[in-house]
Amino acid sequence: MVRVELPVHLRTLARVGSEVTVHVEGEVTLRSVLDALETSYPVLRGTIRDQITLQRRPFLRFFACEEDLSHEQPDVPLPGAVAAGVEPFLVVGAMAGG
Amino acid sequence: MSRVRVLVGTRKGAFVLTADGARKQWNVAGPFFGGWEIYHVKGSPADPDRIYASQGSGWFGQLIQKSDDGGETWEPVGNKFAYDGVPGTHQWYDGTPHPWEFARVWHLEPSLSDPDTVYAGVQDAALFRSTDGAQTWQELPGLRNHDSGARWQPGAGGLCLHTILLDPADPRRMFIAISAAGAFRTDDAGATWKPINRGLKSQGIPQPEAEVGHCVHRIAMHRSRPNVLFMQKHWDVMRSDDAGDSWREVSGNLPSDFGFPIDVHAHEPETVYVVPIKSDSEHFPPDGKLRVYRSRTGGDEWEELTNGLPQRDCYVNVLRDAMAIDSLDACGVYFGTTGGQVYASADAGGHWSPIVRDLPAVLSVEVQTLAD
Repeated sequence: MVRVELPVHLRTLARVGSEVTVHVEGEVTLRSVLDALETSYPVLRGTIRDQITLQRRPFLRFFACEEDLSHEQPDVPLPGAVAAGVEPFLVVGAMAGG
Repeated sequence: MSRVRVLVGTRKGAFVLTADGARKQWNVAGPFFGGWEIYHVKGSPADPDRIYASQGSGWFGQLIQKSDDGGETWEPVGNKFAYDGVPGTHQWYDGTPHPWEFARVWHLEPSLSDPDTVYAGVQDAALFRSTDGAQTWQELPGLRNHDSGARWQPGAGGLCLHTILLDPADPRRMFIAISAAGAFRTDDAGATWKPINRGLKSQGIPQPEAEVGHCVHRIAMHRSRPNVLFMQKHWDVMRSDDAGDSWREVSGNLPSDFGFPIDVHAHEPETVYVVPIKSDSEHFPPDGKLRVYRSRTGGDEWEELTNGLPQRDCYVNVLRDAMAIDSLDACGVYFGTTGGQVYASADAGGHWSPIVRDLPAVLSVEVQTLAD
């Protein structure tokens, strides 16, 4: 199981706590984690990545194991600690005022 | 006795304001979707407890919410707005071709007869329709594929389709408006569209009387007389008596003919309301006085309505979707400001008072008249 931490607005939307776990079939990559997340929580479709292009929304970042993974290719394997459920995969919203 | 329900979209959430027919004591519910921009909230004329809301954010994109209990509880529904086919390009601000890119839903217009059918006006400008209660959306591509589509340019707020009027007398006829392309009409349920901008004059475009390119801010009609349209343009208040085929200016004695909202009295088709503001960049009321102007003559002759509105040091704006009129007798008129006030008049504009004073900036106001 992969642990995913969500920003507060998406927690509210999905009616979950700060962290959810998702079952990922096959290799654990950005694409497979987000696919699994959206399958478990369809309301999140379009909120993290564009529904048509599947591009990451520009004001969101992906962090794990103290690394910024936002610019990784979608099919590159995520760190082993994420795949093993030791470390969470973080979806982070850009901080801004207003 | 009837009741009213005012649906308010703001920069930071939605609010539902309710009162009995006297419209003096108000209950305020919300914020719903706190922290999200709510561009528009509108109820179905066929089932007033069915309400749709456009929820969005720069971080998380576009969502659509649906309520089946008059706004007490909400359910996220479909938010996939895919342009039909290969979208092509429109003109960017610098005149270069720019791909059509979905940004947000500006306006939701539920069908007059079917609660599950709802239209969405989006940025970049296109018209979508759902027939399954907003679970799925399909573009009506005939509008965007109009011969002029590749020449449409955005206004300062983006290339947005912000006005959708459904003709109560002819279900195949609709009117829409786009900033800054202009107004369009379909007579075949959205398959084909015709620009209806003859008579408009816009000094800010190369050809002031061009077929398209006008920054129309809002169009309104009275449901008993759908061939008569009133328009608040970027400058000029306009009137058409032939379903948009031609327009004439009716700005008359207004202190400024710039503004955003325009609406029509519920029982007097020749009575029209606007809120003049200064422009091109100030976008606040002239002289710091918040005044609604009413014409009882279908335009040209306007009277100021000030009783209960601030008449000094007021520098708010009233956006295009932020005025609404109920159908009680006397009809109620409502508008919201960028300062967070929602004002109501229970006597067709004679006297005003704030329902709330301190909401986030108001983006939209709609009202439902409900039977008890």
